[in-house]
Amino acid sequence: MKLSRWTGWAGGKAVPWALPIGLLAAWQAAAAAGWLSSRVLPAPTDVIVAAWNLASNGELWKHLSVSFWRALTGFAIGGSIGFLLGLLNGVFRPAERLLDTSIQMIRNIPHLALIPLVILWFGIGEEAKVFLVALGVLFPMYVNTLHGIRNVDAGLLEMGRVYGLGPWQLFWRIWLPGALPSILVGLRYALGIMWLTLIVAETIAADRGIGYLAMNAREFMQTDVVVFSILLYALFGKLADSIARFLERRWLRWNVNYQHI
Amino acid sequence: MGPGRGAELILEQVGKQFGDKHALRRVNLVVKRGEFVAIIGRSGCGKSTLLRLAAGLEEPTSGRILVDGEELRGLNEKARVMFQDARLLPWRRVMDNVGLGLKGEWEPKALEVLEQVGLADRADDWPTVLSGGQRQRVALARALISHPQLLLLDEPLGALDALTRIDMQRLIERLWLEQKFTALLVTHDVDEAVMLADRVILIEDGVCTLDVPVRLPRPRQRGDAAFADLVDTILRRILGTKPEERAIASVSIGEKRRAL
Repeated sequence: MKLSRWTGWAGGKAVPWALPIGLLAAWQAAAAAGWLSSRVLPAPTDVIVAAWNLASNGELWKHLSVSFWRALTGFAIGGSIGFLLGLLNGVFRPAERLLDTSIQMIRNIPHLALIPLVILWFGIGEEAKVFLVALGVLFPMYVNTLHGIRNVDAGLLEMGRVYGLGPWQLFWRIWLPGALPSILVGLRYALGIMWLTLIVAETIAADRGIGYLAMNAREFMQTDVVVFSILLYALFGKLADSIARFLERRWLRWNVNYQHI
Repeated sequence: MGPGRGAELILEQVGKQFGDKHALRRVNLVVKRGEFVAIIGRSGCGKSTLLRLAAGLEEPTSGRILVDGEELRGLNEKARVMFQDARLLPWRRVMDNVGLGLKGEWEPKALEVLEQVGLADRADDWPTVLSGGQRQRVALARALISHPQLLLLDEPLGALDALTRIDMQRLIERLWLEQKFTALLVTHDVDEAVMLADRVILIEDGVCTLDVPVRLPRPRQRGDAAFADLVDTILRRILGTKPEERAIASVSIGEKRRAL
């Protein structure tokens, strides 16, 4: 009885939020009591006020839209290159023999180590950030797509051939859905890398965007804006993850392991 | 060409080598239109290879395979295969698995064959929620929807429990009697071979070493004396012979055959 009540409660929607809300309350109390200097951490209410000010004078939307555009463009470019390369190398062995070693070599360079070079190439313009995001996103998509394709059940492919499926149908009906669980893991991972790369790139060299907002606020000691920027990133990270989970629920309905997420 | 007519399958001196290992050597076999032939043998004797050759999934290294008089090249389009594992696509519902690869208005036909295998009410389920026997019945429906002239069964009941096996054997026999396709069943279960087949063929070390017609009336009864006798004879033949005894053994089986 006790166990089932515990799992019922733990499965509730409110539970994941209990800890963050508790911490937030403690934080506010500490700031109000003066134990926490606003130089170190501003009170949550101050952060809300800063957010309100930024939103009402239009600054926020300017930075938000720029960051979003960079993230999505970079993700679209890098993600699709990684996905297509993964498909190509997974389905055609000769392509893999030709390309995989080179891709793995490049993959082992931390892409953020390229920042100085990227700034030399592109300056601090939009291309630099898009390039870095694309590069960061490419590899998790590539590796997981390749892995997914590689693990498609050969028995199913053979069955498909016996049952008269052409190459195109084999791809849509068997290769792709078979690889999808792994591809979605890659997608989730890539979305994480996307924000990480963007934060670093915008913090180091940018004149707009959320990272710039945070760095600029640092110069004026506006800890409330800095904290708000960090929260924005956290929120976007969570949003991206939710989208990935939504896709998993939708596309992997057939898979018992995903039916109860 | 229409439904209800089986294909004729002829293997002439067929051999298959993987590297320097001979899976089959000089196999001669004629399967008549509408005939049900069972191939038995120990695991690794080459019986599954023979089935894969007939499906066109492998090419023989020597000899040739004729389907309705024409030499088989590439996939055998008149054949459908039922594999030991059902090989349903887990990401498609039962209905869509049955209609795999079909064009046009296939839904009513899919429901009809699902009805025949007794699973019409599971049409919208995912394959993962079905039992092993149900999955094989879906696989059977998928094989039969296109009215194949040759049905190749690669130990399709091997992984099922005894009771489900018996049900499935009856189902396969009933559908075969109705639709008159040619059937080639690979199995290691002598009982199953005698239950279903018009003719039982034994393969040992890549060669056909025995060819026994089964002239028992259908539906066959396991408790029947002639049935048990035949199963027993074949089993003893498989288990008991060393190469030098083979010639003698086939003589005594020849006598049994006449006795039937």
